[in-house]
Amino acid sequence: MKRAVLNATGLLVALFAVFPVFWMISTSFKPNREIFSSTPQPVPREPTLQHYREILTGNLIPGVTFTDFFVNSLLVAAATVLVSGLIALLAATAVARFRFRLRTSFLIMLLVVQMIPLEALVIPLFFMIQRLGLYNTLPSLILTYIGFSLPFAVWMLRGFVAAVPKELEEAAAIDGANRAQTFWRILLPLVAPGLVATSIFSFIVAWNELIFALTFINDQSRYTLPVAMTFFFGRDDTAWGSVMAASTLLTLPVMIFFIAVQRRIVSGLVAGAVKG
Amino acid sequence: MTTLTKAPESAAGRETPVRRRRRLDHVPYLLLLPCALVIGVLLLWPLGQVVVMSLYDLDSVRQVRGEREWPWAGLGNYAEILGDPFFRTVLRNTVLFAAANVVLTMILGTLVGLLLNRLGRRMATFVGSCVMLAWATPALTGAIVWKWIFDDTSGLVTWFFNALPDGLSGALFGRANWTGYGWFNDPLLFFAILTLVVVWHSFPFIAVSVLAGLKSVPSELHEAARVDGAGPWRVFWSVTSPLLRPVFGILVVLSTIWDFKVFTQQYALAGGTQDRSTYMLSIYSYATAFSPPPKYGLGSAAAVILTLILLVVTGFYIRALLKQEEL
Repeated sequence: MKRAVLNATGLLVALFAVFPVFWMISTSFKPNREIFSSTPQPVPREPTLQHYREILTGNLIPGVTFTDFFVNSLLVAAATVLVSGLIALLAATAVARFRFRLRTSFLIMLLVVQMIPLEALVIPLFFMIQRLGLYNTLPSLILTYIGFSLPFAVWMLRGFVAAVPKELEEAAAIDGANRAQTFWRILLPLVAPGLVATSIFSFIVAWNELIFALTFINDQSRYTLPVAMTFFFGRDDTAWGSVMAASTLLTLPVMIFFIAVQRRIVSGLVAGAVKG
Repeated sequence: MTTLTKAPESAAGRETPVRRRRRLDHVPYLLLLPCALVIGVLLLWPLGQVVVMSLYDLDSVRQVRGEREWPWAGLGNYAEILGDPFFRTVLRNTVLFAAANVVLTMILGTLVGLLLNRLGRRMATFVGSCVMLAWATPALTGAIVWKWIFDDTSGLVTWFFNALPDGLSGALFGRANWTGYGWFNDPLLFFAILTLVVVWHSFPFIAVSVLAGLKSVPSELHEAARVDGAGPWRVFWSVTSPLLRPVFGILVVLSTIWDFKVFTQQYALAGGTQDRSTYMLSIYSYATAFSPPPKYGLGSAAAVILTLILLVVTGFYIRALLKQEEL
């Protein structure tokens, strides 16, 4: 009896959590007459790829297709991941492998900057991007997202670097490998899974960001996916089928990646408070 | 030539041990340099800059490009927004919204965490995975889907209220036909839906963190308490919750920080920045600065106020973390 109550509550929670996601995917496969029918169908009766075809082939804004936005987002995210991953790896190695004077100060600084409300930085960064001549370019976003993802990326990666036994590196050094060789041949391969997790985190930051993309880009052909999405809704007659198809395409890559690294994100955020 | 080439060689040979040691000392700093540079230029410098900008009258794009000087405003911008009843309403709404969302997220998250801990293994995995999907959904698409669920013609909620018996619906709400009912037009209702969206998106993190915390509590403690005759409620208050207190502290702080600066969901639900009755601090700052006519100085002042509030909260977070972990 008690077990049954617990299980029923569990199912209710699961339903609450998953329903909007389910409804998004389900709607994206429904023909318009089912979407706008007076009695909603949980599952599409006549599933169709019509909305996906529409957004993938049609022009959202004259001359610009959904694929263009997708590519913009992908470029921005990929560049962010690469640069931020590299810089984070160097910094994580420094804090995990060396004891130096400013080490603790640096770690505290990392924690503090993670708490800066990025929304509050949009005005000064807008001025900076303008003066650098980067306004209306994708690098303006790449630069910004590197800054945003870096503190947590270092925080996350330092645990992975620390987990690689120092003895391995020392053994390599005794065998005559220099620092660079030890780094490339020993540390990097062992830290690779951590680097993947960190990259996924940076990818999600860059892929989901809205405010800065909204502010720094004026030219519609350079919009990223989240900004382009805002064009779909808020109009008098929203084409919900297309909106849900686009939302699904925006969500799925993030969701797949996120599930892969969520443990890391939890432990990073709750850093140390939760052991085990 | 020969002396020139020879001299450095011998000098290098002599100095090698010293130089290598000194170079090793530089290694960590060299490794940190790019990271410190990026954080300095992209986070810390703008943070200082927003404070500076809040002290100037900035209202033209030519000032943005550095083509026109910045007239000093002193604390004028602060005087202006703090004296503006609309800003005070925005500030009040932000604080109330954040407080309500933190409380609801913490309660729901903790309950779900406790539930996950009690469920059988397969059920816990199933519920946990479902909960994770809500968390993994980008804030933007999550908000858009909820906007569709609350659509005034074909949305699921509108359908549901239409499906209620007309008599009941009329007696409870004073209307039977909900088609065309603007769920987002009444600010209170707007904030309620925004709360639903934010809580839906953020309770999974709390649940998962609480679950992780519970797993780290030795089960002997619970057994001992139960043997001593404590009921489940008593066990939670006297055994579990003190052990989880550090986790709770950090979770509350993180939630506070996140809920204070909600932007994406609010922007998506409101369909932009036109509806001023739904403003909160971050969107107020953004719209003040970037909607024509631009008022970057005023927007900066609002951003500084938001930052100050969060900085205080962050202080607690860092203190809690430092107590927890040897860095």
